[in-house]
Amino acid sequence: MDLEETLLPGVGVRYRLRTSAGEVLGIVVRREGAAELAVYDRRDPDRARSVLRLEPDEVDAVAEVLGAPRLTQRFADLSREVPGLESGRFPIGAGSRFAGRPLGDTRARTLTGCSIVAIVRDAEVVPSPGPADTLLAGDVLVAIGSVRGLEQLEARLAESA
Amino acid sequence: MDHVAQLLLELGLLFAGLSLVGLLARRLGLSSVPFVLVAALALGEGGVVPLATSEPFIEAAAEIGVVLLLLALGLEFSADELFASLRHHGPSGVVDLLLNALPGFAAGLLLDLPWQGALALAGVTWISSSGIVARLLGDLGRLANRETPAVLSVLVLEDLAMALFLPLLVVALSGGGPATALAGTGLAVGAVALALLAAQRQGHRLGRLLASADDEQLLLRLVGLTLLVAGLAQSLGASAAVGAFLVGLALPTSFAERARTVLGPLRDLFAATFFVAFGLSTDPGAVLPVLPAVLLLALVTTGTKVATGWFAARRDGVGRPGRLRAGTALVARGEFSIVIAGLAVTAGVPQLGPLATGYVLVLAVAGPVLTRLADPRGARGTAVTPA
Repeated sequence: MDLEETLLPGVGVRYRLRTSAGEVLGIVVRREGAAELAVYDRRDPDRARSVLRLEPDEVDAVAEVLGAPRLTQRFADLSREVPGLESGRFPIGAGSRFAGRPLGDTRARTLTGCSIVAIVRDAEVVPSPGPADTLLAGDVLVAIGSVRGLEQLEARLAESA
Repeated sequence: MDHVAQLLLELGLLFAGLSLVGLLARRLGLSSVPFVLVAALALGEGGVVPLATSEPFIEAAAEIGVVLLLLALGLEFSADELFASLRHHGPSGVVDLLLNALPGFAAGLLLDLPWQGALALAGVTWISSSGIVARLLGDLGRLANRETPAVLSVLVLEDLAMALFLPLLVVALSGGGPATALAGTGLAVGAVALALLAAQRQGHRLGRLLASADDEQLLLRLVGLTLLVAGLAQSLGASAAVGAFLVGLALPTSFAERARTVLGPLRDLFAATFFVAFGLSTDPGAVLPVLPAVLLLALVTTGTKVATGWFAARRDGVGRPGRLRAGTALVARGEFSIVIAGLAVTAGVPQLGPLATGYVLVLAVAGPVLTRLADPRGARGTAVTPA
């Protein structure tokens, strides 16, 4: 993947991404938070066409849609590169005794050796959550650890209240 | 009618008129600067609405307008952006200076201006309007284009060069010889370097000093500090505008964003008053006789700006159509040409007033039109267009 970042003085930053299909995607992120998406003209590859303008709140919405699965994907990639290290996604069921309790109460690190690296809540992601972050029913925990540790964690999170 | 009533009515009519003029400019997709100038020319002596009572206020507000324009300019770019532009496009900046300032200087000498006046005219033809150009690129949907970083870099470098050029000009206009002018420039280089260094090392302290959750507090502190520094710079024989620019430059990026938002409306109001004051001080009858010279100069410096943009875009490996877009985008001259001419007129080169007025009128309109023509497919609109 080829992502090029260019400073646009007084405006913001422009990214150009060449996709594996050979298309070039242009993204201009303005300082004020708005963004523009563009693809480039085939006859004149310097020229952007079909410019799509996003207001800051729309940028946030798009980022969340694209960002949440990507984050967990990245952890999966990460664990693939380290032998013996696995990652897993564990939903907190409505009946789990940890629903509504702080993350620290799971004592996941102490008991299973696993690290909780993110909490996925609907489209939102809490990266590197702390022990005080409250877990809610429906949350999905992203954790990395050994195969055995992850099994223990899964069993522990499923314990009913 | 009593004095206060007269003053308020005049100013009310003036600002209402400016809003109509601005609306018209926006409809036509052009900058409001040339329209404001024309309106002010028409208002001058013997005009439709004589501005006799409000003239002292307009003159004072115009001074503040210049200061706020330059403060906003300093806030516009961060030190990092300046250094990055200098690294990538230093040569483009030099080409820009040589190609565009020299014709202005030569024209000034040919038109029998004193050399200080010719120097001011060099500045007028040199500096593109970053306000007009940046807005134009956004409106035409060209921000993602590959030639755009080159265009913006040229603008940044011009703005930085202004901080060095203005003190030089002010010293020259005040009758100093080449030695004093050189010393003045040396001082300016030092001050700019110091401001940039301060921004990088100590900027956060200045930011903390000014920062407040309250917009009113922020505005009062920012304007207070800027006017103090500007006044100090003016009393030291440098230009108030340069002082304001340095304040803007020294403020940290994190603070600049909020400062721009808070300052924006105030800047717009006072800057408009500045353009009105400049138009008022120019005799419309004096513009017509210099029109042939103005048109010729505009034609030549349109060509040289296109060449500048062409050169800068080629350095980034952009193809021919993009180079043409970059060149034509830079043609527009505007607010800073008027700032430079304003300094010269105040310092006793009144001939420059009609010249600069005519020149900016022509290029602030012709520039945007020309760059739309250079990209016929993009001119139709910026919404999502099927390929």
